Amino acid sequence: MDPDTDIGGPNHRFPATNESAIVRIRSGDQQTRHRAFETILTSYWKPAYKYIRWKWHASNEDAKDLVQGFFAVALERNYFGAYDPAKASFQTFLRTCLDGFVSNQQKSSQRLKRGGLSEHLDLDFVSAEAELALQSVAQELTPEDFFHREWVRSFFTIAVESLRDRLISSNRTVHLKLFEIYDLDDDESSERISYAKLAQQFDLDAVTVNNYLASARREFRKIVLEKLGEIAANEDEFRNEARLLLGLELK
Amino acid sequence: MNWLSDQKLDHLRRVVNEPDFSGTKYSIVKELGSGGMGSVYLAHDQELDREVAIKILRETDLTDDTKRRMLREAQIIARLEHPGIVPVHDVGELTDGRVYYAMKYVRGSRLDEYAANVTTTGDRLRKFKSVCETVAFAHSHGVVHRDLKPQNIMIGSFGEVLVLDWGIAKVLLNRAITDLEAETLKLPSPESKEVATSNTTDGAIIGTRHYMSPEQARGEQIDIRTDVYSLGAVLYFLLTNKAPAVTSLALPRAGDPAIGKAAEAVCLKAMALERQDRYASAAELTIDVGHLLDAEPVSAYRENIFEKSGRWVAKNRFLLLLVLAYLIMRVFFIITARH
Repeated sequence: MDPDTDIGGPNHRFPATNESAIVRIRSGDQQTRHRAFETILTSYWKPAYKYIRWKWHASNEDAKDLVQGFFAVALERNYFGAYDPAKASFQTFLRTCLDGFVSNQQKSSQRLKRGGLSEHLDLDFVSAEAELALQSVAQELTPEDFFHREWVRSFFTIAVESLRDRLISSNRTVHLKLFEIYDLDDDESSERISYAKLAQQFDLDAVTVNNYLASARREFRKIVLEKLGEIAANEDEFRNEARLLLGLELK
Repeated sequence: MNWLSDQKLDHLRRVVNEPDFSGTKYSIVKELGSGGMGSVYLAHDQELDREVAIKILRETDLTDDTKRRMLREAQIIARLEHPGIVPVHDVGELTDGRVYYAMKYVRGSRLDEYAANVTTTGDRLRKFKSVCETVAFAHSHGVVHRDLKPQNIMIGSFGEVLVLDWGIAKVLLNRAITDLEAETLKLPSPESKEVATSNTTDGAIIGTRHYMSPEQARGEQIDIRTDVYSLGAVLYFLLTNKAPAVTSLALPRAGDPAIGKAAEAVCLKAMALERQDRYASAAELTIDVGHLLDAEPVSAYRENIFEKSGRWVAKNRFLLLLVLAYLIMRVFFIITARH
């Protein structure tokens, strides 16, 4: 079998649950717990920031503090270790915790003072703010849908970055360029470039373009499923997220 | 900054889910739809530089049995060379084991969409007659469609009528298939009487309930009259704009008295609950539909003398007008001559 497609074989089975950050966050070992927290943070801080800005109408400075505060407290008190997969998805759990945190902060007289956190997390709020400025949000979107959409965006952005790293490190730069031109094309108003034109541009034949692009997508899919496995609590959640994220019905 | 817009996200989500056609001459353009056993994609044939439709098994349905069924479906369609059946160009297997077949990509609308825009019964009946002819052709090759419904009938951009989705078609071995053909299809021996393209042992219910014959709904042995029933149900839809109710069928004329009695009779004969009361074949039904279009008497309805006269008058309106004009002129000349 092509090694690119061997994630759980053709049926894409769930990776071992001990790879899941949601499982590892409950570990007795602090280092393991810390690494699991970082995985969760990477995946969720940006949707959390945008969500606070959008739902709670927080200013960018307040939203920064709230996100920093939320994840710092979550790490300190191991919020995420209390997650019970039987009750809800992890995403719903995290969003509910976030809502509770923001609500408490807004009500509390002991509101977090800017920069007064015990632990500072290195998060790129400038890019999150710039993204917010670029997007228009449909009025009818529910907070839940908004959060999920932003999580998907963040998740795919991370997956694309991983794909770049992998393709470059394995000397498949043409694959990467084809993927970027064809699948990450910025100009959405114009018609997508044809394989024949790509072939001409890269001095390949159209079938090779097809093969290279398919290989890049295969790698991308593999990364998406791997990363999904890292943040799903169990096989059910993995399947459910795969369905929600990709429309993929796993066997 | 590598910001992914909503459109880019949707595109990525879609391509990640697409079947991997590397190593073939096809590249996926978009998904066209999804059916019982597989999905259909619009694809580009890189070698011949043309668009094709590709039907492929879903990943979740991939078993040796479904692979066999998909292959058989392709073989059945390929054998049925008829203008009303989409030609199969190619069949193959992807690296993940999924079987696919490529066929002509038909631009147009489904019969139900077409009917929403075409209000004249004559036009609808002409399309329906083409469907009957296609099904009659398949029957003559021993193939029963088993899932005829407006959604499986396509009207092409040039008005051509195509019967799609032969995924659950059944090959009857007691007629019109030679040993050689059976061998090509790797079908069981003629003693087994019939074989389905799907894993439908007797008793399994497949098809679409509104358009399904009672015997098919009961999971009994079926024959070509099962398709006759479904054709009757399609005619019912074309006459009334409604799918026939599963229980207590309303007569077409009860909802719209403008529907002709003969047309209603043809529809009800095709949809008779007992198969021996139906048309014996799609070919017979085609003849009656042709008679409806030509304002000729149909086998399903016995007219009284007034109806016969009315139909004759309607059919010979032009001739009658000529005669009438002639008589008026004659009278005019006689009166003028007398004066």
